[in-house]
Amino acid sequence: MAESDVKLIGAWPSPFVLRARIALNIKHVDYEFVEEKFGSKSELLLKSNPVHKKIPVLLHAGKPICESLIIVEYVDETWTSGSSILPSDPYDRAIARFWAAYVDEKFFPSMKGIAAAPNEEAKKAALEQVESGLAFLEEAFGKISKGKPFFGGEQIGHIDIAFGSLLAWLRVTEKTTGLKLLDQAKTTPQLAKWAETFCQHPAVSGVMPETEKLAEFAKLLFAKMKGINPQ
Amino acid sequence: MEEGVKVVGFWPSPYSQKVIWALKQKGVAYDYIEEDLSNKSQLLMKSNPVYKKIPVLLHGGKPIAESSVILEYIEETWPQNPLLPKEAYERASARFWIQFGAEKGPTFGSLFTSTAGEEQDKAAKDALEVLKILEEQGLGNNKFFGGDSINLVDLALGWLAHWFQCIEELVEIKLIEPTTLPRLHAWVENFNQVPVIHENLPDKKRLLAHMKSIREMSISAK
Repeated sequence: MAESDVKLIGAWPSPFVLRARIALNIKHVDYEFVEEKFGSKSELLLKSNPVHKKIPVLLHAGKPICESLIIVEYVDETWTSGSSILPSDPYDRAIARFWAAYVDEKFFPSMKGIAAAPNEEAKKAALEQVESGLAFLEEAFGKISKGKPFFGGEQIGHIDIAFGSLLAWLRVTEKTTGLKLLDQAKTTPQLAKWAETFCQHPAVSGVMPETEKLAEFAKLLFAKMKGINPQ
Repeated sequence: MEEGVKVVGFWPSPYSQKVIWALKQKGVAYDYIEEDLSNKSQLLMKSNPVYKKIPVLLHGGKPIAESSVILEYIEETWPQNPLLPKEAYERASARFWIQFGAEKGPTFGSLFTSTAGEEQDKAAKDALEVLKILEEQGLGNNKFFGGDSINLVDLALGWLAHWFQCIEELVEIKLIEPTTLPRLHAWVENFNQVPVIHENLPDKKRLLAHMKSIREMSISAK
């Protein structure tokens, strides 16, 4: 299929865009990456996602698909090359969808809660939420991976993509708080190992943002959010 | 291992009702377990340790939580009377509207707990905007979100056809009207006439009383 048939509208810092990129990479799909400029929204984006006006948007033969996890399922259903992202058994699929939804509904908001915390007390509460989330995910990993390197088993699956896409931002959070959240030695040994393996996977390594670069971007982003004009 | 289907639910909840609608639409037999949310059962705590919420579907003893996840599981496990399109792009579109409905929950929540004044005016305005998007971009000129017949999107948004009217009555603001949202208003009527829906709705009076007490508790807690 010609490259121009598949376009992804996105931006390099976004973990949601990353999910779509990893899924497309797993399926060896050639696509054009249309990078949005920070601080403005292109005509194409506004036209393709009029409801939310957000990235990522996948354009397949001109037809837009929005919402990162929906894009991942669409990619999995549409391209048969590469490995399957969702499991084939309906119960396993339900478990995969449950944990992907958990990452978006609970875990990611708690991560954002750390940065948005107005005082130390709120920050501590947010951190505790992140830690308890990681404990749930550590336990889930043990049960679901069954000794294999990924939530998806031998290959990257739906939960790996949903959660793994947040790793760079998790590292930035560790950097800014000075706390080790994914801890090999103590709280999350399996997840710490999984994170390393995930980031080194060929479908991920070329697109996962570097922590340093993302940390710099984070400063810019928070300054903009707080209404301070960044230097 | 038993192959039976159990639904752990709560009678006023549109989330557990969606699951019942899907199972009934597919003719799947199930046992219903009413949960007392003020005194959560061992079964619920064990089946949904992450959220401790209903609904939970148990199939052959294996639990699935989160209504949207449950609905997709039902669709995949019992393919008769399909509730999702076959084509990938249309499925993505259906999932988009299911997610949109879920994300806009807080908008309606704000309206539900609002009291007369500026706060309520804004909440009503925000809710109307969401309803307009659903009508214009979700429903379009179709009878149902699923086209000629209901699908998972209709079930996911089905709370708008029965529970929302209680909200309208409690805040004394009517948003879904033939003059303001003609297509969505028609959808409400059509949806309520679908036999599986019609036969599986909580009693309106009982529901209204329940929602009234929840609303009063929320307002006094503010």
